[in-house]
Amino acid sequence: MFHPTVARLTYRALLGRRRALLLCALPALLIVVACAVRAMNGADDQVTTQLLGGFALATMVPLIGVIAGTGAIGPEIDDGSVVYLLSKPVRRTSVILTKLVVASGVTVVFSAVPVFVAGFVLNGNSQQIAVAYTVAAAVASLAYSALFLMLATLSRHAVVIGLIYALIWEALFGSLVSGAKMLSVQQWSLALAEKIAGAGAEITSDVALPAAIVLLLVAVVGSSALAGQKLRSLTLAGED
Amino acid sequence: MPPERTAPAPAAQRGQDVIHNIGYRSYEGPRLGRSYARRALFTQSLRGAYGLGRSAKSKVLPMLLFAVVCVPAAIIVAVAVFAKQKELAVGNAEYVLMLQPVIGIYLAAVAPQAISLDLRFKTTPLYFSRPIERGDYVAAKYAALSAALFVFTAVPVLIMYIGALLAKLDFGEQTKFLAQGIVFCALFALLHAGIAGFIAALTPRRGFGIAAIIVTLTIPYFLINALQAIPGPDSHVVGWLGLGSPGTLMDGIQSSFLGGDSQFPYGAKPTGGEGIAYLLVYVLLTVGAYLLLTRRYRKAGL
Repeated sequence: MFHPTVARLTYRALLGRRRALLLCALPALLIVVACAVRAMNGADDQVTTQLLGGFALATMVPLIGVIAGTGAIGPEIDDGSVVYLLSKPVRRTSVILTKLVVASGVTVVFSAVPVFVAGFVLNGNSQQIAVAYTVAAAVASLAYSALFLMLATLSRHAVVIGLIYALIWEALFGSLVSGAKMLSVQQWSLALAEKIAGAGAEITSDVALPAAIVLLLVAVVGSSALAGQKLRSLTLAGED
Repeated sequence: MPPERTAPAPAAQRGQDVIHNIGYRSYEGPRLGRSYARRALFTQSLRGAYGLGRSAKSKVLPMLLFAVVCVPAAIIVAVAVFAKQKELAVGNAEYVLMLQPVIGIYLAAVAPQAISLDLRFKTTPLYFSRPIERGDYVAAKYAALSAALFVFTAVPVLIMYIGALLAKLDFGEQTKFLAQGIVFCALFALLHAGIAGFIAALTPRRGFGIAAIIVTLTIPYFLINALQAIPGPDSHVVGWLGLGSPGTLMDGIQSSFLGGDSQFPYGAKPTGGEGIAYLLVYVLLTVGAYLLLTRRYRKAGL
């Protein structure tokens, strides 16, 4: 199911040229801020939770997910070169799966790893906070990559729609309407973090753990299946 | 009759041959000149920012976002009318700052459409083969972006003003609020149009421009918000930290000069010296973004 050539091409498209710089800038920023806060404030569990939960998991992971998930297939569909890929004797589902593996791998490397480093810098993994947020970031990376990869096959405005979801639905709507939190990748991954971290870490999620795992699985499998289905009957649209 | 059958023209007549006149006519009407071209570029870009004059599909997103930014204002007004409140629940500048994610997405959708697509389809050399110059192009695009953003933020403010008058709130006070809100919207639009325009001019890919604009507008904002929450209520760091992102910069300006409530943690306001620093950074950022944008178009080939 995994196709090495497709994987190599996707990897090159994702990390080629300036995209890699943008992807590097965010984790670097997180680690620099973590170092600065540690130097000024000392180790503090609450500050760690605020920074990793409020900044890393809430904005950085979704943004990297949008860039990697849509970037894995979006530009190809945009400039029409996807027809050369689709005309090869490779199953459409394996194209999607390969791209999903690469996109989520890139997202994990650029979001979960820096979160782990930042967590260690901030409080030396006291109460397992660093590990908890790393697991949450990794799981969220997978889910975001799958969702935004599907969006990229469905619409040419996938980046905007993905950003609307990440910024407006999760950040703005989620804080106003509590029901919106049930359908938020961030809350699902926070449920995992809540389970891993110590009781005093003040990581809370609005979704119960079993529900969160089921919803995560449904999101990943469902959106990959839908993306594969969509790729079977892809029509190339012109520039508006 | 096929041309090779014709007899060769005598040598004496060959000198009198002219290039065939196939009916092109020279233009002798009025030439409208640079300022007209600049104005046309401005209006077309401004219309394009709301999808006017473009396909129905590209009207959907700007209009939808415009509705999203206006509806809460109408709801606030309706609540004030029915509950007979003495003042509106949210101030003008606060309202704009609250809806920053929506404004950011609008800007990210509009700026690459206005600027990056010209680079992608290589239409900029065509513009520069007309009477307009580099400065005119940049000025027109920047003005159009600022105007689009100003309309986007000022209309909700206007809705709240009209609603407040309908709810029979104090006329003088509300007019003062309106003036402050309009000034804030103008400052907000100038700064954000400069930043987004410059980023959009860096890349010919629209998707990349969208992502880059959103990242520059939101990541520093969320980061500064998270950092400001760390020190205690009586720390002076909060005010200085606010200089770090466009959103918190605008927040500091409105709370120290335009009489709004601060959105900073513990409602902290920048003190006198910090307020001056806010203004300085604002001017530096806006002018800097404009100069960088002009510099981007210096090379003729692009």
